[in-house]
Amino acid sequence: MSDPNTDDLPSWVAESIGKPQYPVTATFPVERSYTYDTLAATKNANPLYWDEAVADEVTGGMTAMPSTLSLWMRPHYWEPGAEGEQVALKVHFDLKERLGLPEAVMTDNTVVFHDPVRPGDVISHAQILRSVSGLKTTKLGTGRFWVIDIEYKNQNGDLVGVENYTGFGYNREENK
Amino acid sequence: MAELLIDQVTAGDELPELVVDVTPTTVVLGALASRDWRPMHHDYKFATERNGVADIFLNTPNQAAWFERYITDWTGPSGRVGRMTFRMRDSVFPGDRMTYRASVTEVDTDDQGCGWALVEVTLTAAELDGSGNPGEERVATTCTIRVAIPKNENDNPWARKADGWKP
Repeated sequence: MSDPNTDDLPSWVAESIGKPQYPVTATFPVERSYTYDTLAATKNANPLYWDEAVADEVTGGMTAMPSTLSLWMRPHYWEPGAEGEQVALKVHFDLKERLGLPEAVMTDNTVVFHDPVRPGDVISHAQILRSVSGLKTTKLGTGRFWVIDIEYKNQNGDLVGVENYTGFGYNREENK
Repeated sequence: MAELLIDQVTAGDELPELVVDVTPTTVVLGALASRDWRPMHHDYKFATERNGVADIFLNTPNQAAWFERYITDWTGPSGRVGRMTFRMRDSVFPGDRMTYRASVTEVDTDDQGCGWALVEVTLTAAELDGSGNPGEERVATTCTIRVAIPKNENDNPWARKADGWKP
């Protein structure tokens, strides 16, 4: 663990910036039921997702709602052999632990949608650390901002989306 | 659903409001639809005793789906969301009235000829009293959405691929 009170970043941070980490492929293909569940949960009547004729005309066939992008990579609540809770965004938790910054909040989240996701697609993703700031002091405490991208691709290697998170890992002022 | 064309959109336009009264089912259905199994979205005791919040609350991926629905209600099915940026400020609980409001801040055409609208959406929540009257509104989430809208009846943003799609 690095010293959280120094502005010097350990070398492993610079070495990991820009490199895909924790590549994972979904354990199940994209299917329509989660799209229907999402449409029902939000009372969304968009015919693009209910009417195959409209989907054929507009998108060349059925697609998943863009906003469902991340759900295809979420682990099952339980599966044989699984132990403990599966942690999403592992790079974020690595930074907290290795930089000695036990508290963290996400300050911004951007999702960019590329090729449509279609039933039958098998999605993969990898996490990429883009940057880590020097020490900053906010009302939460002193710590560092970091930016992590998650790139989602389909089974053909086509980019289907990118999520971008800005996190702030910090020590509470009273803990210093 | 009516189809919106980009030349019908002007910076400063206001979108129609969307008002939704939130129930426990709204929260739980949205969490499970997005495969979000974390207990603060379905377990009242966990949410109140462990997280110290008022109740179970709407999860972020489901909020994204509500924002998408709100935008495509306006554009029609040919509208294609390219980018969403969220800023979470407060939680949405059962017993709240959610209100979505938005305005267009920018309209442009990119170098591939795709028409875009930039829309600033604000989701507010207001607790309903026993008579169903909303209390003071609080801003729960703001979201900036860049959405592609057809230029004319022959244009289809969904047909854009690779370098032709610049979200």
